[in-house]
Amino acid sequence: MLTEEAKKAIKEVMKRYKTKRAAVMPALTIAQDDVREVTAEDMLEIAEMLEIQPVIVNEVAKFYTMYNVQRKVGKYHIEVCHNISCNLLQAERIIAHIENRLNIKVGGTTTDGKFTLSTAECLGSCGTAPMMQINDTYYEDLTETKVNDILATLKSRD
Amino acid sequence: MKPILLKNQFNPEAYKVESYVAGGGYESLKKAFTMKPDDIIQLVKDSGLRGRGGAGFPTGLKWSFIPKDPTMQKYLACNADEGEPGTFKDRGIINNDPHLLIEGMTIASFAFGASVSYIYIRGEFVFGARRLEAAIAEAYEKGFLGENIMGSGFSHDMYVHCGAGAYICGEETALIDSLEGRRGTPRIKPPFPAIEGLNSKPTVINNVETLSTVPSIIKNGAKWFAGIGPEKCPGPKIYGVSGHVQKPGLYELPMGTPIREIIFNHAGGIKGGTFKAAIPGGITAPMLVEKDLDTRMDFDSLAAKQSMLGSGGVIVMNNSTCMVKVALITNRFFSHESCGKCTPCREGTTWITQILKRMEDGEGRPGDTAEIERLCGMIFGRTFCPLGDGATMAIRGNLAHFRDEFIYHEEHGRCKV
Repeated sequence: MLTEEAKKAIKEVMKRYKTKRAAVMPALTIAQDDVREVTAEDMLEIAEMLEIQPVIVNEVAKFYTMYNVQRKVGKYHIEVCHNISCNLLQAERIIAHIENRLNIKVGGTTTDGKFTLSTAECLGSCGTAPMMQINDTYYEDLTETKVNDILATLKSRD
Repeated sequence: MKPILLKNQFNPEAYKVESYVAGGGYESLKKAFTMKPDDIIQLVKDSGLRGRGGAGFPTGLKWSFIPKDPTMQKYLACNADEGEPGTFKDRGIINNDPHLLIEGMTIASFAFGASVSYIYIRGEFVFGARRLEAAIAEAYEKGFLGENIMGSGFSHDMYVHCGAGAYICGEETALIDSLEGRRGTPRIKPPFPAIEGLNSKPTVINNVETLSTVPSIIKNGAKWFAGIGPEKCPGPKIYGVSGHVQKPGLYELPMGTPIREIIFNHAGGIKGGTFKAAIPGGITAPMLVEKDLDTRMDFDSLAAKQSMLGSGGVIVMNNSTCMVKVALITNRFFSHESCGKCTPCREGTTWITQILKRMEDGEGRPGDTAEIERLCGMIFGRTFCPLGDGATMAIRGNLAHFRDEFIYHEEHGRCKV
Protein backbone atom coordinates (compact mmCIF):
# COMPACT_ATOMS: atom_id res chain seq x y z
CA MET A 1 0.00 0.00 0.00
CA LEU A 2 1.26 3.47 -0.80
CA THR A 3 2.12 5.60 2.19
CA GLU A 4 0.72 9.12 2.48
CA GLU A 5 4.23 10.38 1.86
CA ALA A 6 4.50 8.34 -1.34
CA LYS A 7 1.16 9.62 -2.56
CA LYS A 8 2.29 13.17 -1.96
CA ALA A 9 5.52 12.56 -3.85
CA ILE A 10 3.60 11.05 -6.78
CA LYS A 11 1.26 14.06 -6.92
CA GLU A 12 4.30 16.32 -6.94
CA VAL A 13 6.05 14.44 -9.76
CA MET A 14 2.89 14.47 -11.89
CA LYS A 15 3.37 18.22 -12.35
CA ARG A 16 6.43 17.55 -14.48
CA TYR A 17 4.47 15.99 -17.31
CA LYS A 18 1.77 16.98 -19.72
CA THR A 19 -0.20 13.77 -19.20
CA LYS A 20 -0.98 11.95 -15.98
CA ARG A 21 0.07 8.66 -17.51
CA ALA A 22 3.63 9.92 -18.06
CA ALA A 23 4.14 9.86 -14.29
CA VAL A 24 3.76 6.07 -14.15
CA MET A 25 7.51 5.37 -14.08
CA PRO A 26 8.40 7.82 -11.30
CA ALA A 27 5.30 6.63 -9.44
CA LEU A 28 6.53 3.03 -9.58
CA THR A 29 9.96 4.13 -8.41
CA ILE A 30 8.41 5.97 -5.47
CA ALA A 31 6.19 2.99 -4.63
CA GLN A 32 9.19 0.68 -4.60
CA ASP A 33 11.45 3.00 -2.69
CA ASP A 34 11.02 1.94 0.92
CA VAL A 35 10.13 -1.74 0.60
CA ARG A 36 11.98 -2.60 -2.63
CA GLU A 37 8.90 -4.23 -4.07
CA VAL A 38 5.96 -3.10 -6.19
CA THR A 39 2.84 -4.88 -4.95
CA ALA A 40 -0.44 -5.46 -6.78
CA GLU A 41 -2.06 -3.03 -4.37
CA ASP A 42 0.51 -0.35 -5.22
CA MET A 43 -0.24 -0.73 -8.90
CA LEU A 44 -4.00 -0.41 -8.32
CA GLU A 45 -3.47 2.74 -6.30
CA ILE A 46 -1.14 4.23 -8.91
CA ALA A 47 -3.69 3.46 -11.62
CA GLU A 48 -6.34 5.28 -9.63
CA MET A 49 -4.12 8.31 -9.04
CA LEU A 50 -3.08 8.57 -12.68
CA GLU A 51 -6.57 7.75 -13.96
CA ILE A 52 -5.38 4.87 -16.12
CA GLN A 53 -6.26 1.19 -16.30
CA PRO A 54 -4.38 -1.02 -13.81
CA VAL A 55 -3.21 -3.21 -16.71
CA ILE A 56 -1.28 -0.24 -18.10
CA VAL A 57 0.58 0.20 -14.85
CA ASN A 58 1.27 -3.52 -14.77
CA GLU A 59 2.56 -3.72 -18.36
CA VAL A 60 4.93 -0.81 -17.78
CA ALA A 61 6.11 -2.21 -14.45
CA LYS A 62 6.79 -5.64 -15.97
CA PHE A 63 8.74 -4.21 -18.91
CA TYR A 64 11.46 -2.50 -16.91
CA THR A 65 13.84 -4.74 -15.00
CA MET A 66 14.39 -2.37 -12.10
CA TYR A 67 10.84 -2.71 -10.80
CA ASN A 68 10.54 -5.71 -8.52
CA VAL A 69 6.95 -6.48 -9.42
CA GLN A 70 5.48 -8.74 -6.77
CA ARG A 71 8.98 -9.99 -6.13
CA LYS A 72 10.54 -9.84 -2.70
CA VAL A 73 14.23 -8.99 -2.67
CA GLY A 74 16.54 -8.82 0.30
CA LYS A 75 17.25 -5.67 2.24
CA TYR A 76 20.45 -5.37 0.26
CA HIS A 77 20.05 -6.23 -3.40
CA ILE A 78 23.48 -7.04 -4.82
CA GLU A 79 23.68 -6.78 -8.58
CA VAL A 80 27.01 -7.71 -10.10
CA CYS A 81 27.67 -6.56 -13.65
CA HIS A 82 28.56 -9.55 -15.83
CA ASN A 83 28.84 -7.80 -19.15
CA ILE A 84 31.96 -7.64 -21.27
CA SER A 85 34.29 -5.17 -19.57
CA CYS A 86 33.58 -6.58 -16.11
CA ASN A 87 33.79 -10.14 -17.40
CA LEU A 88 37.22 -9.52 -18.92
CA LEU A 89 38.34 -8.46 -15.45
CA GLN A 90 37.03 -11.52 -13.61
CA ALA A 91 33.46 -10.60 -12.72
CA GLU A 92 32.67 -14.32 -12.67
CA ARG A 93 35.15 -14.82 -9.87
CA ILE A 94 33.51 -12.01 -7.90
CA ILE A 95 30.07 -13.57 -8.41
CA ALA A 96 31.29 -17.01 -7.30
CA HIS A 97 32.97 -15.42 -4.30
CA ILE A 98 29.75 -13.70 -3.19
CA GLU A 99 27.82 -16.94 -3.72
CA ASN A 100 30.24 -18.69 -1.38
CA ARG A 101 30.30 -15.96 1.23
CA LEU A 102 26.52 -15.67 1.42
CA ASN A 103 25.81 -19.32 0.70
CA ILE A 104 23.29 -18.49 -2.02
CA LYS A 105 23.23 -18.80 -5.79
CA VAL A 106 22.54 -15.99 -8.27
CA GLY A 107 18.83 -15.21 -7.99
CA GLY A 108 18.68 -16.33 -4.39
CA THR A 109 18.09 -14.52 -1.10
CA THR A 110 19.75 -15.33 2.21
CA THR A 111 17.47 -17.01 4.76
CA ASP A 112 17.56 -13.93 7.00
CA GLY A 113 16.19 -11.89 4.09
CA LYS A 114 19.15 -9.57 4.17
CA PHE A 115 20.83 -10.17 0.82
CA THR A 116 19.64 -11.00 -2.69
CA LEU A 117 22.25 -11.72 -5.35
CA SER A 118 21.61 -10.96 -9.01
CA THR A 119 23.67 -10.42 -12.10
CA ALA A 120 23.14 -7.27 -14.16
CA GLU A 121 23.89 -6.23 -17.70
CA CYS A 122 26.27 -3.29 -18.17
CA LEU A 123 25.83 -0.67 -15.44
CA GLY A 124 27.90 1.97 -17.26
CA SER A 125 30.93 1.80 -15.04
CA CYS A 126 33.29 -0.08 -17.35
CA GLY A 127 36.37 1.96 -16.54
CA THR A 128 36.22 0.80 -12.93
CA ALA A 129 35.41 -2.86 -13.61
CA PRO A 130 34.62 -5.22 -12.07
CA MET A 131 31.78 -3.52 -10.24
CA MET A 132 28.45 -4.09 -8.56
CA GLN A 133 25.50 -2.09 -7.39
CA ILE A 134 23.93 -2.62 -3.98
CA ASN A 135 20.57 -0.84 -3.81
CA ASP A 136 21.43 2.71 -4.97
CA THR A 137 25.18 2.57 -4.51
CA TYR A 138 27.94 1.61 -6.93
CA TYR A 139 30.96 -0.33 -5.68
CA GLU A 140 33.80 -0.24 -8.19
CA ASP A 141 37.26 -1.72 -8.83
CA LEU A 142 36.22 -4.81 -6.88
CA THR A 143 38.55 -7.41 -5.46
CA GLU A 144 37.63 -10.36 -3.30
CA THR A 145 39.02 -8.56 -0.24
CA LYS A 146 37.01 -5.45 -1.04
CA VAL A 147 33.86 -7.55 -1.40
CA ASN A 148 34.51 -9.12 2.02
CA ASP A 149 34.76 -5.68 3.60
CA ILE A 150 31.58 -4.44 1.93
CA LEU A 151 29.60 -7.53 2.98
CA ALA A 152 30.94 -7.31 6.53
CA THR A 153 29.86 -3.68 6.79
CA LEU A 154 26.38 -4.44 5.52
CA LYS A 155 26.04 -7.50 7.74
CA SER A 156 26.83 -5.39 10.80
CA ARG A 157 24.03 -2.98 9.93
CA ASP A 158 20.51 -4.04 10.82
CA MET B 1 44.67 19.06 -25.96
CA LYS B 2 43.26 21.03 -23.06
CA PRO B 3 40.16 19.18 -21.88
CA ILE B 4 36.83 20.83 -22.61
CA LEU B 5 34.29 18.27 -21.49
CA LEU B 6 36.36 16.61 -18.80
CA LYS B 7 38.02 19.73 -17.42
CA ASN B 8 36.24 19.28 -14.11
CA GLN B 9 36.65 15.51 -13.73
CA PHE B 10 39.05 15.82 -10.84
CA ASN B 11 37.56 18.90 -9.24
CA PRO B 12 35.36 17.58 -6.45
CA GLU B 13 33.62 20.94 -6.06
CA ALA B 14 32.76 21.47 -9.72
CA TYR B 15 29.24 20.13 -9.42
CA LYS B 16 28.20 23.17 -7.36
CA VAL B 17 26.85 26.15 -9.22
CA GLU B 18 29.16 28.65 -7.50
CA SER B 19 32.20 26.69 -8.58
CA TYR B 20 30.88 26.28 -12.12
CA VAL B 21 30.14 30.00 -12.43
CA ALA B 22 33.55 30.90 -10.98
CA GLY B 23 35.12 28.88 -13.79
CA GLY B 24 33.28 30.88 -16.43
CA GLY B 25 30.13 28.76 -16.41
CA TYR B 26 26.86 30.12 -17.83
CA GLU B 27 28.84 32.79 -19.73
CA SER B 28 28.04 30.93 -22.95
CA LEU B 29 24.36 31.02 -22.11
CA LYS B 30 24.63 34.76 -21.55
CA LYS B 31 26.38 35.12 -24.89
CA ALA B 32 23.77 32.93 -26.61
CA PHE B 33 21.03 35.31 -25.50
CA THR B 34 22.74 38.10 -27.42
CA MET B 35 22.45 36.02 -30.60
CA LYS B 36 19.45 35.23 -32.77
CA PRO B 37 18.24 31.62 -32.27
CA ASP B 38 18.74 30.87 -35.97
CA ASP B 39 22.30 32.16 -35.77
CA ILE B 40 23.02 29.70 -32.97
CA ILE B 41 21.74 26.85 -35.12
CA GLN B 42 23.91 28.10 -38.00
CA LEU B 43 26.92 28.33 -35.71
CA VAL B 44 26.47 24.74 -34.56
CA LYS B 45 26.03 23.68 -38.19
CA ASP B 46 29.20 25.51 -39.17
CA SER B 47 31.13 23.92 -36.32
CA GLY B 48 30.53 20.49 -37.82
CA LEU B 49 29.41 19.00 -34.49
CA ARG B 50 28.04 15.50 -34.98
CA GLY B 51 25.97 13.60 -32.41
CA ARG B 52 28.09 11.83 -29.83
CA GLY B 53 25.50 9.22 -28.91
CA GLY B 54 26.61 6.93 -31.71
CA ALA B 55 24.86 7.83 -34.93
CA GLY B 56 27.00 10.89 -35.71
CA PHE B 57 24.14 12.90 -37.17
CA PRO B 58 24.97 16.62 -37.64
CA THR B 59 23.57 18.36 -34.56
CA GLY B 60 22.84 21.76 -36.11
CA LEU B 61 21.00 20.09 -38.95
CA LYS B 62 18.87 18.12 -36.49
CA TRP B 63 17.94 21.36 -34.70
CA SER B 64 17.05 23.03 -37.99
CA PHE B 65 14.37 20.39 -38.68
CA ILE B 66 12.26 21.75 -35.83
CA PRO B 67 9.35 23.83 -37.19
CA LYS B 68 9.80 27.57 -36.73
CA ASP B 69 6.24 28.25 -35.58
CA PRO B 70 6.73 30.07 -32.22
CA THR B 71 3.26 29.15 -30.96
CA MET B 72 4.01 25.44 -31.16
CA GLN B 73 5.13 23.46 -28.09
CA LYS B 74 8.60 21.95 -28.62
CA TYR B 75 10.74 19.72 -26.45
CA LEU B 76 14.33 18.79 -25.90
CA ALA B 77 15.10 15.35 -24.51
CA CYS B 78 18.63 14.67 -23.40
CA ASN B 79 19.56 11.05 -23.88
CA ALA B 80 21.40 10.04 -20.73
CA ASP B 81 20.30 6.41 -20.96
CA GLU B 82 23.94 5.41 -21.24
CA GLY B 83 23.72 1.66 -21.59
CA GLU B 84 25.90 0.47 -24.45
CA PRO B 85 28.37 -1.91 -22.78
CA GLY B 86 31.80 -0.31 -22.71
CA THR B 87 30.36 3.20 -22.44
CA PHE B 88 30.70 5.34 -19.33
CA LYS B 89 31.44 8.83 -20.64
CA ASP B 90 28.12 10.56 -19.96
CA ARG B 91 28.23 9.42 -16.37
CA GLY B 92 31.54 11.28 -16.06
CA ILE B 93 29.93 14.54 -17.17
CA ILE B 94 26.73 14.08 -15.15
CA ASN B 95 28.46 13.19 -11.89
CA ASN B 96 31.24 15.75 -12.03
CA ASP B 97 30.02 18.64 -14.15
CA PRO B 98 26.21 18.63 -14.23
CA HIS B 99 25.93 22.37 -14.93
CA LEU B 100 27.86 21.95 -18.18
CA LEU B 101 25.04 19.74 -19.43
CA ILE B 102 22.34 22.05 -18.08
CA GLU B 103 23.95 25.05 -19.77
CA GLY B 104 24.25 23.19 -23.08
CA MET B 105 20.64 22.08 -22.87
CA THR B 106 19.39 25.58 -22.14
CA ILE B 107 21.31 27.01 -25.09
CA ALA B 108 19.99 24.28 -27.38
CA SER B 109 16.43 24.84 -26.15
CA PHE B 110 16.75 28.57 -26.80
CA ALA B 111 18.06 27.90 -30.32
CA PHE B 112 15.06 25.89 -31.48
CA GLY B 113 12.47 27.21 -29.05
CA ALA B 114 11.87 24.38 -26.59
CA SER B 115 10.17 25.54 -23.43
CA VAL B 116 10.54 22.21 -21.63
CA SER B 117 13.35 19.69 -21.54
CA TYR B 118 13.81 16.30 -19.94
CA ILE B 119 16.99 14.47 -19.05
CA TYR B 120 16.26 10.80 -19.57
CA ILE B 121 18.81 9.16 -17.30
CA ARG B 122 19.14 5.42 -16.85
CA GLY B 123 17.59 4.28 -13.59
CA GLU B 124 20.76 2.75 -12.21
CA PHE B 125 22.47 6.16 -12.16
CA VAL B 126 20.82 7.12 -8.87
CA PHE B 127 23.77 9.24 -7.82
CA GLY B 128 23.79 11.06 -11.17
CA ALA B 129 20.04 11.65 -11.10
CA ARG B 130 20.23 13.14 -7.61
CA ARG B 131 23.16 15.28 -8.63
CA LEU B 132 21.27 16.57 -11.66
CA GLU B 133 18.16 17.28 -9.59
CA ALA B 134 20.26 19.30 -7.16
CA ALA B 135 22.04 21.15 -9.97
CA ILE B 136 18.74 21.96 -11.68
CA ALA B 137 17.40 23.35 -8.39
CA GLU B 138 20.52 25.51 -8.10
CA ALA B 139 20.12 26.72 -11.67
CA TYR B 140 16.52 27.77 -10.95
CA GLU B 141 17.64 29.57 -7.84
CA LYS B 142 20.33 31.50 -9.75
CA GLY B 143 17.97 32.33 -12.57
CA PHE B 144 19.60 30.09 -15.21
CA LEU B 145 16.33 28.18 -15.55
CA GLY B 146 12.72 29.19 -15.12
CA GLU B 147 10.93 32.37 -16.17
CA ASN B 148 12.65 35.02 -18.26
CA ILE B 149 16.18 33.65 -17.91
CA MET B 150 18.77 36.45 -17.46
CA GLY B 151 16.18 38.94 -18.66
CA SER B 152 16.23 37.40 -22.14
CA GLY B 153 12.48 36.84 -22.30
CA PHE B 154 13.17 33.13 -22.79
CA SER B 155 11.62 30.77 -20.24
CA HIS B 156 12.56 27.16 -19.79
CA ASP B 157 11.75 24.29 -17.45
CA MET B 158 13.99 21.26 -17.04
CA TYR B 159 13.22 17.91 -15.42
CA VAL B 160 14.98 14.63 -14.75
CA HIS B 161 13.20 11.44 -15.79
CA CYS B 162 14.68 8.18 -14.55
CA GLY B 163 14.58 5.05 -16.66
CA ALA B 164 14.28 1.68 -15.00
CA GLY B 165 16.64 -0.75 -16.67
CA ALA B 166 15.93 -0.97 -20.38
CA TYR B 167 18.78 -0.53 -22.86
CA ILE B 168 16.30 -0.05 -25.68
CA CYS B 169 15.20 3.29 -24.22
CA GLY B 170 18.44 4.75 -25.58
CA GLU B 171 16.80 4.41 -29.01
CA GLU B 172 15.19 7.80 -29.50
CA THR B 173 11.62 6.76 -30.25
CA ALA B 174 11.63 4.18 -27.45
CA LEU B 175 12.93 6.94 -25.19
CA ILE B 176 9.94 9.06 -26.13
CA ASP B 177 7.55 6.20 -25.43
CA SER B 178 9.15 5.71 -22.06
CA LEU B 179 8.89 9.45 -21.31
CA GLU B 180 5.19 9.22 -22.07
CA GLY B 181 4.76 6.44 -19.52
CA ARG B 182 4.78 3.47 -21.85
CA ARG B 183 6.84 0.36 -22.41
CA GLY B 184 9.97 1.50 -24.22
CA THR B 185 9.45 0.09 -27.68
CA PRO B 186 10.63 1.83 -30.85
CA ARG B 187 8.20 3.59 -33.14
CA ILE B 188 8.23 3.52 -36.89
CA LYS B 189 9.88 6.51 -38.62
CA PRO B 190 8.65 8.71 -40.24
CA PRO B 191 7.28 10.73 -38.62
CA PHE B 192 10.64 11.68 -37.15
CA PRO B 193 10.73 13.12 -33.63
CA ALA B 194 11.59 16.57 -35.01
CA ILE B 195 8.06 16.64 -36.42
CA GLU B 196 6.18 14.35 -34.07
CA GLY B 197 8.05 13.40 -30.91
CA LEU B 198 7.13 13.71 -27.26
CA ASN B 199 3.37 14.24 -26.80
CA SER B 200 3.23 14.34 -30.63
CA LYS B 201 5.14 17.63 -30.60
CA PRO B 202 8.45 18.47 -32.31
CA THR B 203 11.28 17.06 -30.18
CA VAL B 204 15.04 17.01 -30.42
CA ILE B 205 16.86 14.11 -28.78
CA ASN B 206 20.56 14.72 -28.18
CA ASN B 207 23.18 12.81 -26.23
CA VAL B 208 24.74 14.19 -23.02
CA GLU B 209 28.18 14.64 -24.58
CA THR B 210 26.73 16.41 -27.63
CA LEU B 211 24.83 18.93 -25.52
CA SER B 212 27.77 19.43 -23.18
CA THR B 213 29.89 20.40 -26.19
CA VAL B 214 27.59 23.28 -27.11
CA PRO B 215 28.74 25.88 -24.52
CA SER B 216 32.34 25.64 -25.78
CA ILE B 217 31.21 26.21 -29.38
CA ILE B 218 29.27 29.32 -28.34
CA LYS B 219 32.28 30.55 -26.38
CA ASN B 220 35.06 29.81 -28.87
CA GLY B 221 33.25 29.82 -32.19
CA ALA B 222 32.66 27.37 -35.01
CA LYS B 223 36.11 27.83 -36.54
CA TRP B 224 37.86 26.83 -33.34
CA PHE B 225 35.76 23.69 -33.07
CA ALA B 226 36.11 22.77 -36.74
CA GLY B 227 39.88 23.08 -36.38
CA ILE B 228 40.09 20.18 -33.92
CA GLY B 229 40.41 16.74 -35.54
CA PRO B 230 39.18 15.69 -38.98
CA GLU B 231 37.34 18.10 -41.24
CA LYS B 232 34.18 15.99 -41.57
CA CYS B 233 33.70 15.19 -37.89
CA PRO B 234 35.69 17.63 -35.78
CA GLY B 235 35.82 18.46 -32.12
CA PRO B 236 36.92 16.99 -28.82
CA LYS B 237 35.74 13.46 -28.10
CA ILE B 238 35.60 11.45 -24.90
CA TYR B 239 36.97 7.96 -25.35
CA GLY B 240 36.24 5.47 -22.59
CA VAL B 241 38.75 2.66 -22.39
CA SER B 242 38.00 -0.54 -20.49
CA GLY B 243 39.01 -4.19 -20.39
CA HIS B 244 42.59 -5.45 -20.53
CA VAL B 245 44.47 -2.16 -20.29
CA GLN B 246 46.80 -0.79 -17.63
CA LYS B 247 44.92 2.47 -17.12
CA PRO B 248 41.23 2.18 -17.92
CA GLY B 249 39.26 5.40 -17.84
CA LEU B 250 38.00 8.40 -19.77
CA TYR B 251 40.29 10.26 -22.16
CA GLU B 252 39.25 13.43 -23.93
CA LEU B 253 41.21 13.73 -27.16
CA PRO B 254 40.77 15.27 -30.57
CA MET B 255 38.29 13.30 -32.66
CA GLY B 256 40.21 11.02 -35.00
CA THR B 257 42.98 10.03 -32.59
CA PRO B 258 44.31 6.63 -33.76
CA ILE B 259 43.12 3.73 -31.64
CA ARG B 260 46.74 2.62 -31.14
CA GLU B 261 47.54 5.92 -29.46
CA ILE B 262 44.46 5.68 -27.23
CA ILE B 263 45.22 2.14 -26.06
CA PHE B 264 49.01 2.25 -25.84
CA ASN B 265 49.81 5.85 -24.96
CA HIS B 266 46.85 7.05 -22.95
CA ALA B 267 45.51 3.83 -21.44
CA GLY B 268 49.01 2.53 -20.75
CA GLY B 269 48.97 -0.53 -23.02
CA ILE B 270 47.79 -4.08 -22.57
CA LYS B 271 47.31 -5.72 -19.19
CA GLY B 272 48.18 -9.38 -18.72
CA GLY B 273 49.31 -10.40 -22.18
CA THR B 274 49.45 -9.10 -25.70
CA PHE B 275 46.86 -7.28 -27.80
CA LYS B 276 44.26 -9.49 -29.44
CA ALA B 277 41.33 -7.29 -30.44
CA ALA B 278 39.45 -4.13 -29.52
CA ILE B 279 35.83 -3.14 -29.85
CA PRO B 280 36.01 0.56 -30.76
CA GLY B 281 32.61 2.00 -29.85
CA GLY B 282 30.55 -0.07 -27.45
CA ILE B 283 29.83 -3.76 -28.02
CA THR B 284 27.76 -3.22 -31.14
CA ALA B 285 30.80 -1.95 -33.06
CA PRO B 286 32.61 -4.69 -35.05
CA MET B 287 36.04 -5.56 -33.68
CA LEU B 288 39.39 -4.25 -34.80
CA VAL B 289 42.52 -6.41 -34.78
CA GLU B 290 46.27 -5.73 -34.81
CA LYS B 291 46.41 -4.65 -38.44
CA ASP B 292 43.68 -2.05 -37.85
CA LEU B 293 45.40 -0.30 -34.96
CA ASP B 294 46.30 2.79 -36.96
CA THR B 295 42.64 3.46 -37.69
CA ARG B 296 41.54 6.89 -36.64
CA MET B 297 38.75 6.97 -34.10
CA ASP B 298 36.16 9.03 -35.92
CA PHE B 299 32.84 8.29 -37.59
CA ASP B 300 34.13 8.12 -41.17
CA SER B 301 37.44 6.32 -40.63
CA LEU B 302 35.77 3.55 -38.65
CA ALA B 303 32.92 3.25 -41.12
CA ALA B 304 35.54 2.72 -43.82
CA LYS B 305 36.77 -0.25 -41.76
CA GLN B 306 33.23 -1.68 -41.62
CA SER B 307 33.09 -0.77 -37.96
CA MET B 308 31.75 2.29 -36.19
CA LEU B 309 32.67 4.94 -33.67
CA GLY B 310 29.43 4.46 -31.78
CA SER B 311 29.84 5.87 -28.32
CA GLY B 312 33.64 5.80 -28.37
CA GLY B 313 33.72 3.14 -25.66
CA VAL B 314 36.85 1.11 -26.43
CA ILE B 315 36.90 -2.42 -25.01
CA VAL B 316 40.34 -4.01 -25.18
CA MET B 317 40.98 -7.76 -25.11
CA ASN B 318 44.28 -9.54 -24.59
CA ASN B 319 45.40 -12.85 -26.04
CA SER B 320 43.86 -14.88 -23.21
CA THR B 321 40.35 -13.90 -24.32
CA CYS B 322 38.06 -16.57 -25.76
CA MET B 323 36.09 -15.03 -28.59
CA VAL B 324 33.23 -17.53 -28.30
CA LYS B 325 32.76 -16.34 -24.77
CA VAL B 326 32.85 -12.71 -25.91
CA ALA B 327 30.18 -13.57 -28.47
CA LEU B 328 28.10 -15.29 -25.79
CA ILE B 329 28.25 -12.33 -23.41
CA THR B 330 27.46 -9.92 -26.23
CA ASN B 331 24.50 -11.90 -27.51
CA ARG B 332 23.15 -12.65 -24.08
CA PHE B 333 23.05 -8.89 -23.60
CA PHE B 334 21.13 -8.24 -26.82
CA SER B 335 18.75 -11.08 -26.13
CA HIS B 336 18.12 -9.74 -22.62
CA GLU B 337 17.58 -6.21 -23.91
CA SER B 338 15.48 -6.99 -26.97
CA CYS B 339 12.16 -5.26 -26.32
CA GLY B 340 10.28 -8.12 -27.93
CA LYS B 341 8.47 -6.08 -30.54
CA CYS B 342 10.03 -7.74 -33.60
CA THR B 343 10.20 -11.50 -33.95
CA PRO B 344 13.57 -11.70 -35.75
CA CYS B 345 15.32 -9.80 -32.96
CA ARG B 346 13.44 -11.35 -30.05
CA GLU B 347 13.70 -14.96 -31.23
CA GLY B 348 16.93 -14.65 -33.21
CA THR B 349 19.09 -13.21 -30.44
CA THR B 350 17.71 -15.78 -27.98
CA TRP B 351 18.40 -18.64 -30.39
CA ILE B 352 21.96 -17.47 -31.10
CA THR B 353 22.59 -17.14 -27.36
CA GLN B 354 21.41 -20.73 -26.82
CA ILE B 355 23.80 -22.00 -29.49
CA LEU B 356 26.71 -20.00 -28.09
CA LYS B 357 25.94 -21.21 -24.58
CA ARG B 358 26.22 -24.84 -25.62
CA MET B 359 29.38 -24.13 -27.60
CA GLU B 360 30.88 -22.44 -24.56
CA ASP B 361 29.79 -25.34 -22.34
CA GLY B 362 31.66 -27.79 -24.57
CA GLU B 363 28.54 -29.17 -26.21
CA GLY B 364 28.86 -27.47 -29.57
CA ARG B 365 27.66 -29.38 -32.61
CA PRO B 366 29.03 -29.44 -36.16
CA GLY B 367 27.37 -26.66 -38.10
CA ASP B 368 26.68 -24.43 -35.09
CA THR B 369 28.81 -21.59 -36.47
CA ALA B 370 27.07 -21.80 -39.84
CA GLU B 371 23.73 -21.79 -38.05
CA ILE B 372 24.66 -18.60 -36.20
CA GLU B 373 25.61 -17.01 -39.51
CA ARG B 374 22.30 -18.09 -41.04
CA LEU B 375 20.37 -16.61 -38.11
CA CYS B 376 22.27 -13.32 -38.41
CA GLY B 377 21.03 -13.12 -41.98
CA MET B 378 17.49 -13.53 -40.73
CA ILE B 379 17.80 -10.69 -38.22
CA PHE B 380 19.84 -8.07 -40.06
CA GLY B 381 17.69 -5.51 -41.87
CA ARG B 382 14.48 -7.21 -40.76
CA THR B 383 13.79 -5.35 -37.55
CA PHE B 384 12.15 -2.11 -36.57
CA CYS B 385 15.11 -0.52 -34.82
CA PRO B 386 18.89 -0.97 -34.87
CA LEU B 387 19.08 -3.30 -31.83
CA GLY B 388 18.74 -6.45 -33.92
CA ASP B 389 21.16 -5.14 -36.52
CA GLY B 390 23.57 -4.27 -33.74
CA ALA B 391 23.50 -7.81 -32.40
CA THR B 392 24.41 -9.23 -35.81
CA MET B 393 27.09 -6.60 -36.43
CA ALA B 394 28.80 -7.55 -33.20
CA ILE B 395 28.83 -11.27 -33.91
CA ARG B 396 29.68 -10.93 -37.59
CA GLY B 397 32.54 -8.60 -36.64
CA ASN B 398 33.80 -11.27 -34.26
CA LEU B 399 33.44 -14.11 -36.81
CA ALA B 400 35.21 -12.07 -39.49
CA HIS B 401 38.45 -12.37 -37.52
CA PHE B 402 38.02 -15.36 -35.22
CA ARG B 403 35.84 -17.89 -37.04
CA ASP B 404 38.48 -20.56 -36.44
CA GLU B 405 37.93 -20.27 -32.68
CA PHE B 406 34.24 -20.98 -33.13
CA ILE B 407 34.98 -24.03 -35.31
CA TYR B 408 37.50 -25.22 -32.73
CA HIS B 409 34.78 -25.04 -30.07
CA GLU B 410 32.48 -27.06 -32.34
CA GLU B 411 35.09 -29.74 -32.95
CA HIS B 412 36.91 -29.96 -29.64
CA GLY B 413 34.36 -28.76 -27.13
CA ARG B 414 36.80 -26.32 -25.61
CA CYS B 415 38.72 -23.10 -26.14
CA LYS B 416 41.55 -22.66 -28.54
CA VAL B 417 43.14 -20.02 -26.31
